[in-house]
Amino acid sequence: MDAPLEAIRERVLAAGRDRARLRIRGAGTKDFLGAALEGELLDTRPLAGVVDYEPSELVVTARAGTRLSELEALLASRGQYLAFEPPAFGGDPTLGGIVAAGLSGPRRATAGAVRDFVLGAKLLTAGGELLAFGGRVMKNVAGFDVARLLCGSLGILGVIAEVSVKVLPRPAAEATVEFEMDAAEAIAAFNRWSRRPLPLSATSWHDGIARVRLSGVPPAVAAARRALGGAPLEPAEAARWWAGVRDHAQPFLAPRDPLWRVSVAATAPLLALPGRELVEWAGALRWLRTSAAAPDVRAAARRAGGSAALWHGAGGAATFEPLPPALRAIHRRLKDGFDPQGIFNHGRLLPDL
Amino acid sequence: MSAPTAAAEPRFSDVAERADAARRGAIVAALTAALPRGAVLAADSDLRTYECDGLAAFRESPVAVVLPASEGEVAAALGACARLGVPVVARGAGTGLSGGAMPHASGVVLSLARLNRILELDPVAGIARVEPGVRNLAISEAAAPFGLYYAPDPSSQIACTIGGNVAENAGGVHCLKYGLTLHNVLRVRGLTIDGEAVEFGSRALDCPGLDLLAALIGSEGLLAIVTEVTVRLLPRPAVARVVMASFDDVAKAGDAVAAVIAAGIIPAGLEMMDRRAAAAVEPFVKAGYDLGAAAILLAESDGTPEEVDAEVAQLEQLLAAAGATATAVSRSEAERLRFWSGRKNAFPAAGRISPDYYCMDGTIPRKHIGRVLEQIAALEQRLGLRCMNVFHAGDGNLHPLILFDANEPGQWQRAERFGAEIVELCVALGGTISGEHGVGIEKINSMCVQFTPAERAAFFAVKRAFDPPGLLNPGKLIPTLHRCAEYGRLRVHGGALPFAELPRL
Repeated sequence: MDAPLEAIRERVLAAGRDRARLRIRGAGTKDFLGAALEGELLDTRPLAGVVDYEPSELVVTARAGTRLSELEALLASRGQYLAFEPPAFGGDPTLGGIVAAGLSGPRRATAGAVRDFVLGAKLLTAGGELLAFGGRVMKNVAGFDVARLLCGSLGILGVIAEVSVKVLPRPAAEATVEFEMDAAEAIAAFNRWSRRPLPLSATSWHDGIARVRLSGVPPAVAAARRALGGAPLEPAEAARWWAGVRDHAQPFLAPRDPLWRVSVAATAPLLALPGRELVEWAGALRWLRTSAAAPDVRAAARRAGGSAALWHGAGGAATFEPLPPALRAIHRRLKDGFDPQGIFNHGRLLPDL
Repeated sequence: MSAPTAAAEPRFSDVAERADAARRGAIVAALTAALPRGAVLAADSDLRTYECDGLAAFRESPVAVVLPASEGEVAAALGACARLGVPVVARGAGTGLSGGAMPHASGVVLSLARLNRILELDPVAGIARVEPGVRNLAISEAAAPFGLYYAPDPSSQIACTIGGNVAENAGGVHCLKYGLTLHNVLRVRGLTIDGEAVEFGSRALDCPGLDLLAALIGSEGLLAIVTEVTVRLLPRPAVARVVMASFDDVAKAGDAVAAVIAAGIIPAGLEMMDRRAAAAVEPFVKAGYDLGAAAILLAESDGTPEEVDAEVAQLEQLLAAAGATATAVSRSEAERLRFWSGRKNAFPAAGRISPDYYCMDGTIPRKHIGRVLEQIAALEQRLGLRCMNVFHAGDGNLHPLILFDANEPGQWQRAERFGAEIVELCVALGGTISGEHGVGIEKINSMCVQFTPAERAAFFAVKRAFDPPGLLNPGKLIPTLHRCAEYGRLRVHGGALPFAELPRL
């Protein structure tokens, strides 16, 4: 262990001795996310730097505090990128935070989520041990997939110290077309197009406009444009739109109350709640501003085959759907196995965990 | 391969002892009371079929086999086992190659083969909801009328079941582009050892809480019993063509793979065969392989006709620039299948040129392909056995096929040693002991090499979180401290580690 990691380890061990709680934090771009923010700050930014990058292996390994901007610039220099498009929320998040939050951008429905790209991780446990799970290779079935279990764990299992991520070649061509449609028509069209071999890389609907991004080799993008029709968007305008959706710079997604994130089956009909929506992921993600009461939103999400999270709510903190008892029991035992004293990010993912 | 009869040496102290007659009687009585007639097998002749999976060298006879036909019957069987503290080994088609479904000597085999219904196929949503005993290929066949298919295609896909695919996180030839089981399963419904139903994942693309679905996939039957799987179906690509290239040097072929990836191409499949593998399969399949080549590379492009034309042209150019001595592009679907036939038939071909073969599985960073082949050649000399090599080259997943004769004394033991040395070499080069076949019982000792005691303790913590009494497939996947200590003593000969010259990563 080098000095920054050793310093973090000392803090973790001290917290264990003092029965204290730690709140793991990278760049703090997602402080709003999670039910509670308890404990002393444990800053992971000193754990910074790319450990290994081999473009022909399609893998980058970096320490948890490495910034997204640094990673993206490095990958871009070799024509590659993070295909899950992690949102930056107006800041410059760290790799550890990206993995801990498990959030993915507009490309999620076709390219996959953070967890689909994480190949391995090192985890500093409550006992001060540095454990390595997964690795730097694409296929690896040795042991349980703990590295992927860390994706979206919001830090409750330990301090993510290093991550290996699969990267992909940046598509050679990209084009966005738009259509005037209502939300129901757009969801039906997204579902239909998703079942055809088209190079879709993002979809959105908002305020009567459906937008579709196509990515791939130039002839494929051109052929798909001919097949879909629609009105082309200027590249700069298209880039601005998708960045706005990804990073929540789009005014509709701005951090003010109340914003719901409703993750549902892509074919689910409209939620039938008052208010306005922004639809992503070919219908599977619906951002909602509504005057409806929280129980009604949650019930509608369940009927649609998914769940609702209050993203920006009255208390300022996002809150997730409670878990059924059998799942909750497994969560409890996992937490007790990895962090028996409850040092890390207490209550952030689930109450009392 | 045919089964060597000698039990694998050495026998470790944590190997389960057989249950005595009274205990066996009590277990069979409890199961018979809990399940319908015909759902419990306990006669020796019936049990024989279940002694091993696709890895026939590892065998054990269970106390009983249960064949439930519904989730309710699975719950009843689990309830009986949990009450009596009986280990439960889940089994699908029994095609696994790491002994994951090898019975427990004092336990019960839970066959999910009768849960074989496709419950729902929604072409608009692009999903299928199936029972665990549904065969992998049957899903794609059911989806075909809608222009859809299930992407992961392990080589056993005609026979293997989706439940087994979930347990092993099965891959296949096309996972470089389309992902593993993990990337193509949305939701799994399963039962805990108590018989309680739990849903992991959902039809939505994410769920509240930890991503337990990621932990469950590839968990080799140690965490829960799968009773229902919802998979993602993809639109079948309009066109697929394959480029076949010959190389006079294996390292050059490895470099060609790197050049293809570095150029920004993710082929639908990128496979390599060495000279011995090509020579073994050619008389069998008559694919037209270049038998003078040191290595043959197969690179498949799929997508729209426009995409495929562009990609194939680029592939030909890149492979030629990387030193291919010859290239050929499939001109028809029949020719594409013929080019692939040898790769797909490498295992049966090994069975034709050798009385027995032992299929290994490990993954390395692609850049080390040349080095691994050199070391395998050195092992052939040292252990006096031949090996033919096929790879999923695109993702660095090796399948060396070690040729041996189980009737020759000591050959199986040498083959097993050969395999262990290959996978431990993979670890030394920064890779892993298993890319897609799983750890099971086969590689349980090599887990001691890849993971530290603290890491293995974390795996046991995961195991306990899902299965507190530890009754689901115990003794597989995670070695005990005790086993690792015994293996460590056996492995170190005269104080020298194998591959001592390699830096440890």
